[in-house]
Amino acid sequence: MNGDLETAKDATKLRRIAIEPVTRVEGHGKVTILLDDQHRVHQVRLHIVEFRGFERFIQGRPYWEVPVMVQRLCGICPVSHHLAASKALDKVVGVQQVPRTAELVRRLMHYGQILQSHALHFYHLSSPDLLFGFGSDPGPRNVVGVLAAYPDIAKQGVLLRKFGQEVIRITAGKRVHGTGSIPGGVNKSVSPEDREELLRPLPEILEWAQAGVRLVAALHQQHQDLYDHFGTVPSSLLSLVAKDGSLDLYDGVLRAKDHQGAIIFDQVEPQDYLTRLQEEVRSWSYMKFPFIESLGPSEGWYKVGPLARVQNCDRIGTPLAEAARQELLAAAPGHLVHAPLAYHWARMIELLHSAEVIQELLAEPELGGSELVGKGPRGGGGVGIIEAPRGTLIHHYQVDDQDLVTLCNLIVSTTHNNQAMNEAIRQVARQYLDGHEPTEGLLNHIEVAIRAFDPCLSCATHALGQMPLVVELQDPSGQVVARLSRGVEPIG
Amino acid sequence: MSGKKLRVATTSLAGCFGCHMSLLDIDERLIDLLELVEFDASPLTDKKHPGPCDLALIEGGLCNAENVHVLRELRKQCKILVAVGACAITGGLPAQRNNLDVRDCLRSVYLSGPGLAGGGLIPNDPELPLPLAQVHPLHDVVKVDYFLPGCPPSADAIWQFLTDLLAGRTPALGHGLIHYD
Ligand code: SF4
Repeated sequence: MNGDLETAKDATKLRRIAIEPVTRVEGHGKVTILLDDQHRVHQVRLHIVEFRGFERFIQGRPYWEVPVMVQRLCGICPVSHHLAASKALDKVVGVQQVPRTAELVRRLMHYGQILQSHALHFYHLSSPDLLFGFGSDPGPRNVVGVLAAYPDIAKQGVLLRKFGQEVIRITAGKRVHGTGSIPGGVNKSVSPEDREELLRPLPEILEWAQAGVRLVAALHQQHQDLYDHFGTVPSSLLSLVAKDGSLDLYDGVLRAKDHQGAIIFDQVEPQDYLTRLQEEVRSWSYMKFPFIESLGPSEGWYKVGPLARVQNCDRIGTPLAEAARQELLAAAPGHLVHAPLAYHWARMIELLHSAEVIQELLAEPELGGSELVGKGPRGGGGVGIIEAPRGTLIHHYQVDDQDLVTLCNLIVSTTHNNQAMNEAIRQVARQYLDGHEPTEGLLNHIEVAIRAFDPCLSCATHALGQMPLVVELQDPSGQVVARLSRGVEPIG
Repeated sequence: MSGKKLRVATTSLAGCFGCHMSLLDIDERLIDLLELVEFDASPLTDKKHPGPCDLALIEGGLCNAENVHVLRELRKQCKILVAVGACAITGGLPAQRNNLDVRDCLRSVYLSGPGLAGGGLIPNDPELPLPLAQVHPLHDVVKVDYFLPGCPPSADAIWQFLTDLLAGRTPALGHGLIHYD
């Protein structure tokens, strides 16, 4: 743990270095480091510097606008927000289980999203560090440089991403900010022609996805010490798993393990998330710090995302990805992998899994069905949780009888990883910066640790919970005796 | 274009990165594009501050003091500045907060709510740029040379725009390329 590096004891005589903006991540963040005359590190912080308050202005909007509005939280994983909101609002239109066709179309959209986002992150954003070296010349240290030096790898990345984006276009209507999912179901199914179009490139996609896994596994084996220890700090893990314990990125129940792999909780239904998770605010970031309530704020932080998911689940239901998962687990027999760089490995395993799932889904006859939307008794709100590319994504809404949203609470994936990223960069600062004149190459090491988590600072910027509204105190007969409103008070 | 590549900076201000994604959605054409342009400062490269460049593609409006600073810096460095997407052109969805008081927003987000340990506090560190009272479009602050509409503009629209510019034509979006969603 690196809690001593969160706040310097006396900041007055220290030199401030800022990495601003953090590049090759999505969204806006900066890192500040405070050093003394001997270059000893005293403080390291990842700040999220924007405030937009999405949840606040979603209040008062009609609920059916929400799945389309919330996509504008993030252009990289719009589908995740689109679907998490839809799943929460299914409950408002009274649908506990959407029709099978709708479920298949949504799943297809979601796995297309995971595939394109993972490809983008690995090939376009992170591979330059891994292929050229963390301290290499910053000039070509980007996707253009990869295209020049490793044209096949870069091109496969571009085409993998394209495939995922095409899955999204076909299911959602548009590559970025589509409209395919609606509360209660979807607005179209997949035609035979579209199915054909997606099936055609699949053999190559599967092949390239496997090549991606092999590439990352080889990097780990070649530089084992580096990959095992770079920024590594053990923590708990959180993710959804299917009820039977297998990996499911679209739906399931919450499971958390401690840093040694013992279950902290399991089979927690999405609507009960608030009984397990709490958040803390710190003065120096607009991103909150969530933690597992039973462990408290200092011990209860956790990791989400690919590395958490492949170790939290009992198995992956597709053969190629499960074999690849076994290889990752075998690299650290008997204990969990906490190394941030192993996120890349897990991410490529999930990319492969997504390609396999897409293939399975395209074989489902009901993908082209005509029952698109369910019906049921009107509800007052709901919670939708999905595993977005970067981790667990929670959307929670309440809707009044005028159909207007009265509460919107979002905990986005990157927010869950807030403490984990801060711990990782403090660890890297200790390992590489402490006592050395900070050069561009050394500072890039800090960014390499942040990138491993694939943070979407764009999402995190917006996802600032706005909470309720009214607490009513009823007497035993059901009469309201007191009403306490914690909403927005006018500032005088 | 005789040998010399067009230097292009890109940035995201108060946007969602969707416009950048749409730029990448030109797919394999990216490889052709890189024959003709080179990137200056951009979220895709590790150049943190722009140098002199020909073109700046800017996504997102202005929601804090930092956004304004970055925009002015880019305007100084570039010859042609393009407002890409709804947020840059009108403020977009983030401008929905313009009919709320930003102080109320901050209070409601950080001081109230279930799951908030210790009662909360409003982040106030000097490292955090001050939010603007209202979200503004780019042209409120600097001269904008082109507006590329859409949320995001489609990859084909971006491609058409760039190839027109590279060929020395006045960019014109043909049938089907102008849309606002
Ligand atoms: S215009 Fe749309 S796609 Fe572009 S940044 Fe704004 S919300 Fe995102």
